[in-house]
This record gives sequence, C-alpha cells and structure tokens, in this order.
Amino acid sequence: MKGMYAVYRKEMGHYFVSPVAYVIVAVFLILAAYFFTQLLALYIQRAFEAGLEEGQFGGGAAFDVPSLVMRSFFGVLSTLLLFLTPMLTMGVYAEERRRGTMELLMTSPVTDVQIVLGKFLASITLLVIMLLPTAIGFAYMLHHSEPTAPWRVLGSEYLGVFLLGTALLAIGSFFSSVTESQLIAVILSFGANLLLWVLDFGSQTASSAWASALEYLSAFRHYDDFTRGVIDTSNVIFYLSFIFLGVFLTIRSVDSMRWRRA
Amino acid sequence: MIEVKDLTKRFAEHTAVDHVSFVVNKGEILGFLGPNGAGKTTTMRILTGFLPATSGTAQVAGFDVFNDSLEVRKRIGYLPENPPLYLDMTVTDYLDFVARIKNVPAEKRRARIEDALQKTNITDKRHELIKRLSRGYKQRVGLAQALVHDPEVIILDEPTVGLDPKQIIEVRHLIKGLAGSHTIILSTHILPEVSMTCDRVVIINRGRVAAIDTPANLTTQLKGGQNVRLEVQADQNAACAAIREVPGVRRVSGEPAGGKGRVALMVEVSPGQDVRSQLAAKIVGKGWPLYELRGVNLSLEEIFLQLTTEESEHAAASSN
Repeated sequence: MKGMYAVYRKEMGHYFVSPVAYVIVAVFLILAAYFFTQLLALYIQRAFEAGLEEGQFGGGAAFDVPSLVMRSFFGVLSTLLLFLTPMLTMGVYAEERRRGTMELLMTSPVTDVQIVLGKFLASITLLVIMLLPTAIGFAYMLHHSEPTAPWRVLGSEYLGVFLLGTALLAIGSFFSSVTESQLIAVILSFGANLLLWVLDFGSQTASSAWASALEYLSAFRHYDDFTRGVIDTSNVIFYLSFIFLGVFLTIRSVDSMRWRRA
Repeated sequence: MIEVKDLTKRFAEHTAVDHVSFVVNKGEILGFLGPNGAGKTTTMRILTGFLPATSGTAQVAGFDVFNDSLEVRKRIGYLPENPPLYLDMTVTDYLDFVARIKNVPAEKRRARIEDALQKTNITDKRHELIKRLSRGYKQRVGLAQALVHDPEVIILDEPTVGLDPKQIIEVRHLIKGLAGSHTIILSTHILPEVSMTCDRVVIINRGRVAAIDTPANLTTQLKGGQNVRLEVQADQNAACAAIREVPGVRRVSGEPAGGKGRVALMVEVSPGQDVRSQLAAKIVGKGWPLYELRGVNLSLEEIFLQLTTEESEHAAASSN
C-alpha cells in the first residue's frame, strides 16, 4: 500500500513538473471548449428555427437543447480521448525503461502490482483533472435552462466518459510497458484505440455471429448508452473487465521484463 | 551475509554467468573484477532480484533472492551501472521518493536523507534539478540513493565511472567508511580500485570465477606470481639457454644492461614455484659473475591479464 502510494506520488509529481501533462490538458480543454460552444450555438439556432416553424405552421416537437448538446458533446469527447490518452500513458513505462529507473523500482521492496496500480491510478487522476473543467460549461448551461435540466443524464455521461477513458488508459499503459520508445508506445496504443473504434463498422458487414462479437468488443459502442443517459450494468461490467484485462496484461508485461534480457 | 552457489544465467544465445559461487562475510567489501561483458552486472542483477537465475541459488541475509525477493530487496541498496535518476526531480525529492519505496518510516525519512546527502557530499546541491548536475554529481546522487535506507547490503556496479580523480578518491573513502556496518559488493574493471578498497576479490571472466582471494594474496601467492630479475655478465643467448634448463622456468627474456657485457634477464616462473636458489646455482655453476637476483612481484594488473587471457586461451583451445 505504502509502496503503491509512493509510486503514485512520484507519477503525479512527474506529470506536473514536466510540460507534457500541461500541454495535453490544455489542448484537450481548448478543443473541448470549442466544440462545446459550437454545439451550443448550433442547437440554440436549430431550436430558434424550430420555434419559428412552430409559430408559422403550429405543432412541431419540443426542442431539448441541453440534452442534444450533451449527447453530441460526449460523442466528441470520446474521439478526443481516443487521440489524447495514448499521449498520457506513452512515457509511463517506456521512459522508465529507457532511463534505467525501472531497475530502481524493480529492485525496491515494492511488488510489480503496486508499481502498476500506482502508475495507473496516477493516470486516472490526470484524466479526472482533465475532465473536471468541462463540467463548468454544463453547470452553466443546465443552470440557465428551462425547464430544469436532466442532471442525472449528465452524471451518466460523465460515468461513461470516465469508464471509456480509464479503459483507454489501461490499453495505453500496456503498450507503454512493452517498449523502450515512447513513440512506439503512442503509435501502438493509438492504433489499438482506432481498431476498437472501427470494430463497430466491421459488424455491419460480417456474418451475424461475428457481427455481434465485434459489436460487443467495440469499446465505443458501449459508450452510446451512457451518452443517452442510460446506465446499463452490462456496459459498466464491460468496461470494468476491459480495464481489469489491461491492468492484468500490464502487470504480466512488467513481470516479464525480468525474464527478458534487460 | 551473501552466499552464492553454482549461480548460472543463460540468455538465449550465451551463458552470461556460469556456475559462480562465492561468499561475502558481514562487513566485508568484496570486489568484482573482470573485463567488460564478464558477467559482473548480470550477477549483481540476480542478487538484487532484478533478474532470475537459470539455476543455482543466491542468499542475502539468509533470504533466497528468488523466493524471498521482497525481503532481500528491503535489505539491499543498489547502484546500477547507469544511476537510475529521475532527471526532472530535485535531489531531495528524488531521495525522498527512494526512501519511500524502500520503506523508510516517515519519522526517520528526513534524517536518513540528510545522512545520505552528507555522506556523498552533495548537501549543497540538494535543491538542484538532477538534470542540471554534472556527471560526477549524478553518480553521487546515485550513490546516495543506494544508502538512503541504510541497507545491510550495498551493491555497487562500477561506482567510480565518470568521476574525476579527486571524486574517485572521495568515493573510495566513502565506500571504505561504509564497510563494517554494511556488507558491500562492488564491481570494477579498474584494478587499483580493487586493491585499494576491497577486502577480497573475485576475478570473473566469461561468466566464470577465475580466482577468489585477498588482493595481497592474489598479488603474492595465488599464482606463485614471482618473476625473477637477474643481472649476469655473460653472453645473452647462452645465459637464456642455460636458464631455460632450470625446471619451473617458463620464459626468459634478456636485454643488454649497462655494458661491460652484462645482460638483464627477466625470468617468468611457473605458478607456485620458487626457483631463485636454483637460478643462482646454475649461474654460479657456469662461472658467470652474478650482479643481481631479485624476485619481482606481479602487479594485480599482470595477474588479472594472466588469469583472464589464460581463460580465454583455454576457451579458444576447447572450442577448436
């Protein structure tokens, strides 16, 4: 426990003394803010047009701007994470291996599990730090919307993006542990993320059994329900098992460094 | 304190450590001497739990390095060949982190860090970022890292590499000062370092132990090690031929010395033999005036070369 905390503390310190974390968080927030304002403007304009139409012809559906903005925004957010999480995790092991500091960790009285969990929790913390400021925009929007907006939906969406992000971090950590090069780590994890994204497309052409398997494996398909405000236990379990698998493989990979020629 | 038995490490294509056995007593400094690629680093990595051995056992403080790896790691301070530094940390932050992962209790941490800074003489650099330090200071931070948890056993892989002569002397003093309360293994390919700092030496070559002894014994006894220098007034070729007849002489080389027909002869003697009196008898028997006869101790350097080249000649012969 102590060993894990020591590793966690070191990782957090590393994130915030190196410019990498600041740059990634800043890029993320600028893009997120841009999409948020654009989506908000777009749907307000649509709602305005719908209102005009309603005035002219009568009838027409009610236009729920906050829900639409949130749903589209969290769709965009998943794509941003797909690009940015590999950069958060690329150095986690690759850099330690290259610098030889992995040798220090692995000859200290901490277990491989403690090393992996400490590092993983630190990257999750950074993910949360990255996501939190986006809540400001939503809080503002929901506070001003009439009638009172669905906070529950927002909660489900944040849970979804948190689970998806954590799963992507687990993938990234694993790929960082198999190489000494940050560049290779980022390429591999980015490739894996993209594959998980496009698995969904494959399901449209494959035969039925394969289709449902591919559809099930697509990490982004499970995310859709969350953006609609639905917390389905099976989706939560999917992400949790995904994260567990990623962490497990990382632990095995760190352990295997001892057996390879260092 | 450290007991290594038949330790073997095979990598896919070659055997890095081949049935190595040795014992290090408590408080002793053991030197690991060998050319690059001899298996020093691999042996150390096995002792620190970084690499598992293919076969054989190693125990540190009574714990098996493989089965009780965590117990062993608690008791070991290790400085790898390249000091494992986090370049964007300050010296104090770095030592604090190392103290934490080495289980130093919170109330002792500050004092331990202070002690390590002082021992390695880097107190004035404590708030500097490690990346701004020179090679010598980085090496000392690496050394401080190995001491910060006051381990029973300290393993140092080439601790003086990259230091200037003054720093080398400081580090050697530091290491000597640590002996007694700590058990130390250090590796080096610099011979004087071993004779200056170590109680005992393991000469390792091609993964095998070529010799284990005190530096003094290695120099004087182990390999017989005594060459003889003669100065005789005689024809050089005749003198060489006569001396070659003495049993125990391996090689003779001569050169003119001073004139008046004197020659200086260097006689290489087989291990463990003392042929000085036979040499004297031979020369006197021939009726040549003898001006000088003295034993010349081999330097550790020569023994090292002898041991390691013999080994490789032997290896070459067996592979042919």
